Amino acid sequence: MTDHVRLLPADPATRRLLDLRRLEAHTAHFGPLPTVPGPKEGRPGPLAEQVGIAGLRGRGGGWFPTARKLHAVVESAGAKGAIARGNKPVVIANAMEGEHLSNKDKVLITHAPHLVLDGIQAAATTIGATSAFIAVHRGSPLVSILDLAIAERARIDSVRVEVITPPERYVASEETALAHWATDGVAVPVYGARPFQKGMNGRPTLVDNAETLAHLALITRHGGAWFASIGDPQAPGTTLVTVAGAVTHAGVIEVATGTPVVDILARCGGAAIGVRGFLTGGYGGAWARTDDVLAAQWTPVSMAAQGAVIGAGVLWALEPDSCPLRELARIAAYMAGESAGQCGPCRFGLPSVADDLSLLATAHVGPEDTHRLHERLALIVGRGGCKHPDGTARLISTGLHAFQDEVAHHLNGRCSARTTAPSIPLPPGRSIPVARAGKDFK
Amino acid sequence: MSTHRVTRLHIDPTVCDGKGFCAELLPELIGLDEWEFPVILTGGLSTDVPAELLPDAKRSVAACPVGAIRLSKATK
Repeated sequence: MTDHVRLLPADPATRRLLDLRRLEAHTAHFGPLPTVPGPKEGRPGPLAEQVGIAGLRGRGGGWFPTARKLHAVVESAGAKGAIARGNKPVVIANAMEGEHLSNKDKVLITHAPHLVLDGIQAAATTIGATSAFIAVHRGSPLVSILDLAIAERARIDSVRVEVITPPERYVASEETALAHWATDGVAVPVYGARPFQKGMNGRPTLVDNAETLAHLALITRHGGAWFASIGDPQAPGTTLVTVAGAVTHAGVIEVATGTPVVDILARCGGAAIGVRGFLTGGYGGAWARTDDVLAAQWTPVSMAAQGAVIGAGVLWALEPDSCPLRELARIAAYMAGESAGQCGPCRFGLPSVADDLSLLATAHVGPEDTHRLHERLALIVGRGGCKHPDGTARLISTGLHAFQDEVAHHLNGRCSARTTAPSIPLPPGRSIPVARAGKDFK
Repeated sequence: MSTHRVTRLHIDPTVCDGKGFCAELLPELIGLDEWEFPVILTGGLSTDVPAELLPDAKRSVAACPVGAIRLSKATK
């Protein structure tokens, strides 16, 4: 099994990740960032073509082609003389890590912040952006690391980067919510135009995940063909995976896309015998049965074929002793509490399905209760201003499918778990929203 | 095949407050869920409006107290 290391180099002797927080150490390891030409005649600079050759896809969860976003922002900026009106593009690096089980952006920025900051400079210059931001959640230890790194490179940066700190809410890391926050300090999603059309202050806004921008920094140095030389042809390169739960060594590892999931788990010392299943992608991801996940490769297509997702790169093995339905109910209640309360199906629908699930979890249910749950799940999908209700509904639906044997047990008043102790860590619970987005999104 | 103009009805879910007038005026296209928020019967957040329902669609736009519904013209 080959280790593919690009973003997170380690000391060969100690196997500890290198600390590249100082600009000098960063430049010594990765080399200087080449000069990046700007946009011309309504098209992004030539780096966008290399990003296209690289086949780079967004690592925040959507796996959307990054080159297409670069083009779209510049086209929006060029439309109807937008730049002439001072409507210059904006870059927002998303390092919110809204998926709490994910730790990859934190590990990346803790060890190689300048790689992300290089990526911001390269992206900003390519699209002609005049302002750039990096969003980390309020109170995050990353704030001081980034402040120091930005100060250290002020003399070489062509675009000033500002650290912004929206509140640590699940939907606050959604791209329209970040653009909204940068505009007027309210971190709730916006329905309608996407940020590349109309983002911060109405300007075309490139919102890219921190890891995506780190890859972009290396494409700037080595070119698209180099990037695409490893990994799955449909989604090339390396990617960061947070492996946790019932595994021997939990942590963030870098793998080539296309790596078999069994190899990813082997790198983490293996999963416990009798693992109940896997939470893939995060709270907004999908549950999948152990056998299905073990048959997959780490690519969006292969994971989807097994009913799983990569999402934000989370692979969580559920403890053998846990009740998957109890865990599902806990996550559903958390996600209901994270609604911004803007849209009816989310504001009222998610608490209702969370209630149905808590009944199911305690095994005091009849078939009419699960029938109502399925009806409600179908009703919620596709009716929100953002994907929060859809993502939560998918998590629940995949969980009910993956754990249908346990559902049958519970309908018979039994539970096969050996403990009722919570297994998956959740942030502190919040009350379920009854009103529209309040002060806790500011 | 000739192209023709159709009217589409859109609901902005972030504005909608679940007053339910739209479903009352346009039951052919819009129902209500158990929380009394509108459900477009064909799914999603927008739908084509057949010509014979256009007057009712316009009435539902005017009746919405929060301005959550709008009509647009699209070419098909």
